[in-house]
Amino acid sequence: MDPFLTSRIVTDVLGGLTNGVTYGLVALSLVLIWRSTGILNFAQGAMPMFATYLGFALLSYHFGYWPCVVACVIAALLIGGLTERLLVRRLYGKPEINPIVVMVGFLIVLEAVAAAIWSSTPRSLPSPFSTIHWQLAGKPFALSPFTVYEIATALVVMLAVAALFRFTNLGLQLRASALAPEVSRLLGVRVGRLLTLGWMLSTAVGVITAILVSANFFSGLTPTVMDGIFAYGFIAAAIGGLESPVGAITAGVLLGVVNQFVTDFVNQNAVIIIALGILVVSLMARPSGVFTKSTQRRV
Amino acid sequence: MITVEDLSVSFGAVQALRHVSFAAQTGKITAVLGANGAGKTTLLRTISGLKEPKNGSIRFDERDLVGERTEDIARMGIGHVPEGRGVIGEFTVEENLRLGAMTAKVNLQRGLDEQYTMFPVLGERRKQHAAKLSGGERQMLAMARALIAKPTVLLLDEPSLGLAPLVTAQLMHTVQDLCETSDLTVILVEQNATSALRIAHRAVVLHVGKIVANDEAAVVAADENLRQYYLGLVE
Repeated sequence: MDPFLTSRIVTDVLGGLTNGVTYGLVALSLVLIWRSTGILNFAQGAMPMFATYLGFALLSYHFGYWPCVVACVIAALLIGGLTERLLVRRLYGKPEINPIVVMVGFLIVLEAVAAAIWSSTPRSLPSPFSTIHWQLAGKPFALSPFTVYEIATALVVMLAVAALFRFTNLGLQLRASALAPEVSRLLGVRVGRLLTLGWMLSTAVGVITAILVSANFFSGLTPTVMDGIFAYGFIAAAIGGLESPVGAITAGVLLGVVNQFVTDFVNQNAVIIIALGILVVSLMARPSGVFTKSTQRRV
Repeated sequence: MITVEDLSVSFGAVQALRHVSFAAQTGKITAVLGANGAGKTTLLRTISGLKEPKNGSIRFDERDLVGERTEDIARMGIGHVPEGRGVIGEFTVEENLRLGAMTAKVNLQRGLDEQYTMFPVLGERRKQHAAKLSGGERQMLAMARALIAKPTVLLLDEPSLGLAPLVTAQLMHTVQDLCETSDLTVILVEQNATSALRIAHRAVVLHVGKIVANDEAAVVAADENLRQYYLGLVE
């Protein structure tokens, strides 16, 4: 094969992998909230964005990167918990369209408030690792220490979420609270607390994505930084299946790679069309998601 | 013992229960009988805290359950197997049982072993999703999930609904065995009066929210008027 083409393909795969893990993390946070509360959260990008602004406000006081990351996660836990207690709790048991409309409205409000407080000018956040790509045979390679950090972070978070749901009593109670709240209460499960916890955890996973994305020198942190990523994360969650944490990350990564190839070999403007096309085809083939086991009910 | 006194429950303008009073004795089965819409399910949901009464009290171990949260009532040792079984179809048999044991501070493995001994079919299907079980197996799972928490009171809502007579007889036999071998108090809501009266010690008959009979099960079973007009049992 032509060495130039080979190099192009390797670069696209690795570049796609790096973008894909951020889509995967957004998809994962959507799965987390879906499995624990049964709601599709359209403010899932905006809430972590807001928490990232709050956490990194500490930078002006010369705190380092890692203390600011901890502050972002704490802010995300608080925002997630307060959102569930003050806003979402009133929506349980209402028609499915209600939470969707309210959360779209909440997204708009959060972005407007963030712009009013911190302006829409991109802020470049520091990166804990070098973003300069490694060299291979004297030429820049598609990976940098920072992209490896991104991929490793996504893997660790995915495994932690999958383990939470699969192996722990807390995960089982979170799923039960979302699937059958009344039955769960009859079994002594404190459903109200668990629903709040589900929103807190999901926003915390989301803020990790926002921090990684905002460290990108070209985009930086803006009130709308998560909008595009949320769209691809949403597509990934739907393809992977809203019940599957592993499916969410896998679909996100594959979508990132496909997008990179389309950008390189076709046209950047075709990316969203191709992504939506994949979504439609996968939903027609497996409506509950490619990675979700379908259960048959005996009647 | 559970003592219900002067309990009234409304759904808007419709009064589902009117001044209902009865006591469910410790270690005994109390059958609550009546036609559709008599208020049987509402009575159990009110005891479990899923429905708030308009007035009256529900006493359990000297505590009034009215105003308590459902999850706290469950943690006091009142198990409720709801109408339609309420097993979580997306969970495996074992996950359903784990969920039942979780809040009760019981030894999980011992609890699982006990339930698999009592309902062997659940042991054979422990890794299967509950949605794939038959109606009878789902009813067994719902009962096992309530029993694994070692409740002192068991509220059973229409356990025979949609089941074959043989399966119903097996379930009733299991409930009877449980009461005889432990101090479990059972409030059994049933439309199938014949099955319920066969195993119950006492029977309460509801008609449009009011108690029309509250006596020994044998007395209710022998009362021709009750059998004919309220229980639909015609010779």
